[in-house]
Amino acid sequence: MLRLEIERAPAPIWMRSLIPVIAVLVTFVLTSVLVVWAGANPLAAYRHFLISPLSSKVSALEVLVKSTPLLLTGAAVAFAFSAGYWNIGAEGQLYAGAIAAAWLGVVLEGLPPVIAIPIMLAGGFVAGALWALPSALLKVKLAVDEVVTTLLLNSVVLFVVSALLNGPWRDPISGWPQSPEIAAGAAFPKLIPRSRLHLGFLVALLVIGLLWFILSRTALGLRMRAVGLGQEAARFVGVSVERTMLTAALVSGGIAGLAGVGEVAGIHFHLIEGISPGYGYTGIIIATLGGLHAAGVGLAALFIGLIDTGAQTVSRALGVPVYLGDVVQAALLLVTLGMFILQNYRIKVISD
Amino acid sequence: MHAIQMRGITKRFGPVIANNHIDFDLMRGEIHALLGENGAGKTTLMRILYGLYHADEGEVRVNGQVAHVAAPKDAIQLGIGMVTQHFALVPTLSVAENVVLGYTGSFRVNPQVARQKVAEAAARFGVEVNPSALVRHLSVGERQRVEILKALYRNARVLILDEPTAVLVPQEVDMLFQTLERLRQDGLSVIFISHKLYEVMTVCDRITVLRDGHVVGTVDKAATSQAELARMMVGRETFGVARQERKPQGEVLLRIENLSAVDEKGLPAIKGVSLEVGAGEILGVAGVSGNGQTELSHVLAGTLKPTGGRVLVGDRDLTLADPAQVSGMGVGRIPEDRHEGAIGELNVAENLALEYLGEFITAGMLDHQRIRRHAEQLIAEYQIKASPTDRMRTLSGGNIQKVILARALSRNPQVVIASQPTRGLDVGATEYVRSKLLEQRSRGAAVLLLSEDLDEVLALSDRIAVIYEGRIVGLIPAKEADLEQLGLMMSGAREGIRVEA
Repeated sequence: MLRLEIERAPAPIWMRSLIPVIAVLVTFVLTSVLVVWAGANPLAAYRHFLISPLSSKVSALEVLVKSTPLLLTGAAVAFAFSAGYWNIGAEGQLYAGAIAAAWLGVVLEGLPPVIAIPIMLAGGFVAGALWALPSALLKVKLAVDEVVTTLLLNSVVLFVVSALLNGPWRDPISGWPQSPEIAAGAAFPKLIPRSRLHLGFLVALLVIGLLWFILSRTALGLRMRAVGLGQEAARFVGVSVERTMLTAALVSGGIAGLAGVGEVAGIHFHLIEGISPGYGYTGIIIATLGGLHAAGVGLAALFIGLIDTGAQTVSRALGVPVYLGDVVQAALLLVTLGMFILQNYRIKVISD
Repeated sequence: MHAIQMRGITKRFGPVIANNHIDFDLMRGEIHALLGENGAGKTTLMRILYGLYHADEGEVRVNGQVAHVAAPKDAIQLGIGMVTQHFALVPTLSVAENVVLGYTGSFRVNPQVARQKVAEAAARFGVEVNPSALVRHLSVGERQRVEILKALYRNARVLILDEPTAVLVPQEVDMLFQTLERLRQDGLSVIFISHKLYEVMTVCDRITVLRDGHVVGTVDKAATSQAELARMMVGRETFGVARQERKPQGEVLLRIENLSAVDEKGLPAIKGVSLEVGAGEILGVAGVSGNGQTELSHVLAGTLKPTGGRVLVGDRDLTLADPAQVSGMGVGRIPEDRHEGAIGELNVAENLALEYLGEFITAGMLDHQRIRRHAEQLIAEYQIKASPTDRMRTLSGGNIQKVILARALSRNPQVVIASQPTRGLDVGATEYVRSKLLEQRSRGAAVLLLSEDLDEVLALSDRIAVIYEGRIVGLIPAKEADLEQLGLMMSGAREGIRVEA
């Protein structure tokens, strides 16, 4: 008689690098049920998802525009997760950065871009880090679960934004809840004329590069990984777990803040309530898909940017709801997480 | 009348024989102790009886009938219940709900009926618990009573208690013994796993002593003494390694003064420990696990803050130092749990460098080449079978321990704290680790060896301290060590002898 038995055995390295690819395929098979239900042809849908956005220069650039905040929030989350600090608050930290940018952008009126833009970036970074500070302090001083506190602060910041936009920053002429336009000198320059691709994309690429550099080439990075992978052992060998986590949490918040600066200074030029359709949460998906590695995060952010852009195309071409893109993303996360666990096992056939 | 008969039970774990043709009989209405050191095979034997392990050879009879116990549910049907040190209770449910959980016979549970039935059972068996109390509000002793009641509620006639007193305070121990006495009068049988002699002599009718997977013998309480039991438990024919000649003791390098600390639950774990270790000396701390060794090693490693007392290395006070300061002061540390000292997902070179990261930074960046060369050098010196880029978790236990050893000893520390340095290692690795510790001693380091392996303590130590319930209950030169006396002290015999050396 043949029996199947499951035993614990880690998958070989080559298999692990294939996991994201397999996850994408599995996700497409699973979600094709929904596509069919929505009345479309799955193959056509996935062609629009994956190929159409790259078929013209305009939409290909739009993929990069969409990817810009995702690269940053993905890097932010990956940075914190590497140190075992589960920062779910990139969304709120992004808004903190956006608030700072909206304010600085007005205050810096009259300054040349070479001065104003670095101040915008620094201000957004500090604001994001400050928004991450309470949770980080509660975590290292009182062992309060950061998953809860960072998540809750996301809602708090939305109220702050709403209060600002309906109060002091309300547009005096139109009465819309949107902040005054930032100064021309504070706006990010376009990288390619007549596109929306702005300086923020380069900043994001630079941050991805720094993510790689810090994690793999610096003592801080090694300490962070040690804390993330084995907190007790890290403490035993003399790593200051508290200081390392605090650093990781604040830098993570700062990077997320940069994403907010990019959206204000590169896309909208003022602050509005829905400036992020959940970039911070998508950052968690991206960091996880990317295996917390810089290159992985970069690719995952571009991929999600592609799907986001594709979702618009699919919806327009095939008449399916645009939310299908969100479903694909969410399914992709679940499948990937599942595969990260399943890769540790294999099925053995035993004949008695 | 026999309640349980186990015949020729053999259980192997890879090359290790945990139970070697064990015969064990349990009569109806008796409390029968299984006595032995850590790793003697007591728990394995009981796990086989309860269906958690399957014997490779041998036969189990319950009430005279051959029984096939494939899983705990079979054991429960045969009237066997087991209470381990790790309770399987749901803290947010009430006592009654916990007791009936999984034994309700229907999908719906009427809380009132459950409470009433559990209250009746508690009264019938004389187990004092409040059925409506939430488990999370109960003390450890009360939780244990709930576990016992749970087994009795499932009609257990044989109760296995795995080191039931390990988690209890003395008053709770007395209550437990009263409960057991009552159960015996009702005709139930109890198997009491322990390594504490006076408890065994207090509550049990017969005692079966295991050593290294064999039965040494079964004796009636009336016909034995603590001394005989201690001899049966630890008695050995030979020692593995030749005993060391004692060298004249050098200056004191490690001084522990009146040290106290609490465990994870906040209960006192070490209570006023004072020890001195001189240059060129190995001081062995013998003791059964769970008597404060873990906390002592954590305090000395800098990972646990003591509640009182002092730790001095040379003339530097390290009482409140963090691990980095302890390491920087020339203390080499080998942790009790290998996973506490090594990070499985980092590679060997990173693990070796992590403790001395400052040495590997050039212009603010990690010097990967130097980290690698450092690793290659230690791998060669300590005969580690691994490459610098291998992840730690892919190494064998022996090689992980060698990496930790290399890291701890490579800076020629003045003081070495070695906790259970050979636990779980094969013979070759064990000999290697021991030889390295002796090398440190010859070099002039002060070595504090905490070990549950009495052979190891006897083989390596110049002096032996015995720790029991957080106190040093004896300190003797290794030359004068007498197994029976050590055994008595380690098991907290109340007539325990104190010797100062």
